[in-house]
Amino acid sequence: MELLDIFITLGFWGALVRMATPLIFGTLGELICERAGVLNLGIEGIMTMGAMVAWMWVYQGGDLWTAVLVAAGAGALFGLLHAIFSVYLGLSQHVTGIGVTLLAASLSYFVFRMLLPDVTTPPKIEPFRPYPIPWLSELPFLGEVLFTQSPLTYLAFLLVPVVAYGLYRTPLGLAVRMVGENPMAVEAQGIDVHRLRTAAVMLGSAFMAVGGAFLTISVFDAFYIGMINGRGWICIALVIFASWRPGKAFLGALLFAAFEALQIRVQQASSAVIPYQFFLMMPYILSILAMIVMSRRAAYPKALLVPFRKGER
Amino acid sequence: MTTVDKGGAPPCNRLSSLRYDPADATCGETMSISEVDEAASGSAGAQPVLRLQDITKRFGALTANDAISLELKSGEILALLGENGAGKTTLMSILFGHYVADEGHIEAFGQRLPAGSPRAAIAAGIGMVHQHFTLGENLTVLDNIVLGTEPLLAPRQNTTKARKRIAELAEHFGLVVDPKKLVRDLSVGERQRVEILKALYRGARVLILDEPTAVLAPQEVETLFATLKTMVAEGLSIIFISHKLNEVMAVADRVAVLRLGRLVAEFPIAGASKEKLAEAMVGRAVEMPEREPQPLGPVVLQMAGVTVTGDHGKPLLDELHLLLCGREILGIAGVSGNGQGALAALLSGLRLPDSGAFELLGETVKRTSPVEMQGRGVGRIPEDRHATGVVGDLTVEENLILEACGSPRFCSLGLLRGGVIRRNAREMIERFDIRGADPTTTTRALSGGNMQKVILARVLSEKPKVILANQPTRGLDVGAAAKVQELLFEARAQGAGIILISEDLEELLQVSDRIAVLYQGRLSTPVAVEEADMQTLGLLMSGHGEFQRQKGARGHAA
Amino acid sequence: MRLEPRAHVPFWLNITAPVGAIVLAFAFCALLILWAGAPVIESYAALLRGAFGSTFAITETLTRAAPLIFTGLAAAVAFRAKLWNIGAEGQLYAGALAATYFGTGLITLPPLLMIPLLFLVGAIAGGLLLLLPVILKLKLRVDEVVTTLLLNFIVLLFANYLLFGPWKDPMAMGWPQAAPIIDEGVLEPLVPRMRLHQGFLWALAFAVFAWAFIRYSKWGFQIRAVGHNPDAAAFAGIPIGATVLRTALLSGGLAGMAGVCELAGLKGYLTLDISPGFGYTGIAVAMLAGLHPLGVIASAIFIAAIYNGADAMSRAMSISNYLADVLTATALLLVLASVLFVRFRPRLR
Repeated sequence: MELLDIFITLGFWGALVRMATPLIFGTLGELICERAGVLNLGIEGIMTMGAMVAWMWVYQGGDLWTAVLVAAGAGALFGLLHAIFSVYLGLSQHVTGIGVTLLAASLSYFVFRMLLPDVTTPPKIEPFRPYPIPWLSELPFLGEVLFTQSPLTYLAFLLVPVVAYGLYRTPLGLAVRMVGENPMAVEAQGIDVHRLRTAAVMLGSAFMAVGGAFLTISVFDAFYIGMINGRGWICIALVIFASWRPGKAFLGALLFAAFEALQIRVQQASSAVIPYQFFLMMPYILSILAMIVMSRRAAYPKALLVPFRKGER
Repeated sequence: MTTVDKGGAPPCNRLSSLRYDPADATCGETMSISEVDEAASGSAGAQPVLRLQDITKRFGALTANDAISLELKSGEILALLGENGAGKTTLMSILFGHYVADEGHIEAFGQRLPAGSPRAAIAAGIGMVHQHFTLGENLTVLDNIVLGTEPLLAPRQNTTKARKRIAELAEHFGLVVDPKKLVRDLSVGERQRVEILKALYRGARVLILDEPTAVLAPQEVETLFATLKTMVAEGLSIIFISHKLNEVMAVADRVAVLRLGRLVAEFPIAGASKEKLAEAMVGRAVEMPEREPQPLGPVVLQMAGVTVTGDHGKPLLDELHLLLCGREILGIAGVSGNGQGALAALLSGLRLPDSGAFELLGETVKRTSPVEMQGRGVGRIPEDRHATGVVGDLTVEENLILEACGSPRFCSLGLLRGGVIRRNAREMIERFDIRGADPTTTTRALSGGNMQKVILARVLSEKPKVILANQPTRGLDVGAAAKVQELLFEARAQGAGIILISEDLEELLQVSDRIAVLYQGRLSTPVAVEEADMQTLGLLMSGHGEFQRQKGARGHAA
Repeated sequence: MRLEPRAHVPFWLNITAPVGAIVLAFAFCALLILWAGAPVIESYAALLRGAFGSTFAITETLTRAAPLIFTGLAAAVAFRAKLWNIGAEGQLYAGALAATYFGTGLITLPPLLMIPLLFLVGAIAGGLLLLLPVILKLKLRVDEVVTTLLLNFIVLLFANYLLFGPWKDPMAMGWPQAAPIIDEGVLEPLVPRMRLHQGFLWALAFAVFAWAFIRYSKWGFQIRAVGHNPDAAAFAGIPIGATVLRTALLSGGLAGMAGVCELAGLKGYLTLDISPGFGYTGIAVAMLAGLHPLGVIASAIFIAAIYNGADAMSRAMSISNYLADVLTATALLLVLASVLFVRFRPRLR
């Protein structure tokens, strides 16, 4: 049957890995923020900003890797903004996040339009080419699927064990985990809670921005309005689905990417019967289902959403 | 051979060598215990290990600490005594660096202590066991102890070394605990051990304990005291915050008494008496309301064989038997966690028993909800006034009608009757002496005692027949506590039966007509307060004694 | 710096704090205008003219304000109960879809009945849509922020399907739009030859209703109590579940009515772009109004003015009209921060 055929094609698996990349960046980024006790609803806007900044950098003549750094920097900046409001001022993390998302997205669109006022088709740039890893890319199946991908994909895959190690095996990671459970414990050790949370949010936001940048400088080679298309929100659902663990986040991202890749191909195969819009709905429906499945027993970091006020005992 | 640094640096002792910091600059070499004794006896009494000088701290208009000067000598246990609100925790928080004093300074081991930095305090050898534990529940014991002891940017944690040191410390001081366990799976006593280990792990030479016995049974308290004496023998000095006179008498060498932010007395325990302490602590004569015996009314509440199961199938209440009559106060003693929560939940309308008979005023309770309980005449004073008692952001008049917002008196055709609500508030404020408030004051701005009065006003104005008073005076100063007790006596005189759950045995003995102990979900046979004594109660609280099993036992004096 | 809760909140502060924040937002956007190479004063002048400079401008601003009042109310009511309804956009479309279903010939009633009917079905559709995430929150602890958001995408795709598929109007020359609302269901214009329609009056009416409801009714009191401290409210006997469900129906209903307003008043037939993000902008409207239903009127008009003015400014000065979005988002964040100073008094250590 046609469905099985899809699973055999290399194209499907290659696309899966590619589509998982922004989800991996975004989910890891959000995971770090939430572990530290901060819900970062700015992710959708930050990913948009990362996408725009990276594309703009390359379009203005910069090189690709610097574009990644610049995007990360932009993300960190918005993370700092979020942290000032939610951590230092202790304001509602929900509203701050929504504000940051709206601001980052609208700023991206404004700057884009300002630099390219009369454009109907977004100009293209020269994106990351898939980089075949020597020798490994010769392998029969995995070679093309896993080892002939964009360098940013390799980065995403590497980031998973790095973040896991960082969280679970370093003193800093322990402090981050603790600050999301009981910030008072961290303060009693003389570690500045606000600074720690801010650092976590900035780092997480940098990851998110790189996830957005991947879409412009590695996949679509152009920036257009609305290109993030809800991936940020899906990442938030994925963090819950992953129980705030990097390894599970990785698997979750792959699972979702599988559905997305599948959806495109099934759509092509049976567009006559089921309208394509229903296929496009699938990632969102699945995200809701994922949350339903996992929320019941979810062990939220205890201090998530709780602002820490110094000297309040 | 031995390198005891002179000129101000603290003497190196065995505890420092156990400190997890190989780059410890103050420690030349490790010393044996006899060397420690020698060094300690040489410097004992010569120089206090801690000196607080003229510490003053203000919060707005409130002066929490007023020019307090205090010394801690090496190897002594100093008790810091005072009632709630006297400024004890504030003072210790300044010492540990959570707050910065407005005036004054602190010297630790002869050196000026930088203010406002827990890190500096830890480095100077000061450790603190907070009243509310600073533990991350979803993390392991090891994680909790090790947090912050390694440089933040170090690439790896050294878990093997840490585990070894913890095992050494644990064995040495008898504080056994499994490093791999998650904190949320530990008992309260075990959690406290982890807190103490945290301080010892960092090489604390001065240990501050803030109300450490609040959550312990009498036997656990004795174990704690034994541990403290061991620590002192090892060269530690201890400050112990408490408002419980018995404990202070039992374990302290010296006592410093704070009252309303000032140091009012300081003397050695030898030769002191409880009365002297109480007098120093309270100062002006506070009229504690007297309990007058009342003739018993009819039975208002009866529970027979009531079982309530918690998560994981553990029984929170285990075939509980309870009988309450009108015009009496039944005091429920017990270490928290033995079923008080479930008992309160039953009476609050938050759950039904899983089995057994539950009768209010003669009628079986079949369905339950807070509204149902209110309708049956149960008044409920919750344990935590901030979390479940009042809605801080609403005004006083709104909180006063929080329970009755749907009653025809305050609401007609779905609309609130503003005039009636305002008048009601004015009346309540006057009748219950709620200070610092008018009807439109935001409730969050009231003091703890006045907030409690709002809750009592709301509850008592409905003239309930059964009252659940759950820790009603916790965190209140003596004046406010007296007022609360007075109001309870008033309600009792008007016919109400009151279940008083309290951690404070002294209060229970003062206020109750009968006392029973809740242990692992079972209630002991209530005894008349005249026949009760601390020792038996203490034994019951740790499970030694008779707990009712048979049905219908009454326990009233004939 | 420490923050001490104020015992009494002086009324004037409730106004000056947000106003100060808005002024700061304008200052920040002035920097953006400079970056775009345009003169600041002239640009803001063009914005002002576009917003209020002629009868046409004023009516356009008020027209745009009408759906914003509805979605602003939806957000204000929900946020008061700490119900994070980010799904107003989807609920708006749901309302428009319901109104299209009933209003394009299925039922014919005289206008006096038809228009309220359309509002009613729109409200029910929006309310039911929000009910799903809220039930998930109450029963299964699923966070409603993400679920309401994701539902937006799903509803929009569904509308897309309907408009390109079964509901496509054969008379529309291939454009994806639905059949027009019957004449009896159209909201009449208020000013001759202008687009301002009765929907604006309905919006005002509902704002007053929402305010009275929150302030004076028992249910409104319960919503406020639950929003501030659900544990204390539950202990006192306030039914949390019922209160939150009521809030959901009210909030979703208001957002649904925004859809009806645009459909039956402005456009007359359903298209994909019937809402340029009114649902999300409604959040900003609510925050700027301090979640006060009457304040929502002023803040909706204000933000509508910004968007309208930005359109004019973009034509006059070649500055992208996304500036309106930037201005709104900046104002949102700054007003949020300013609220802190209303509730708390800052004190230096």
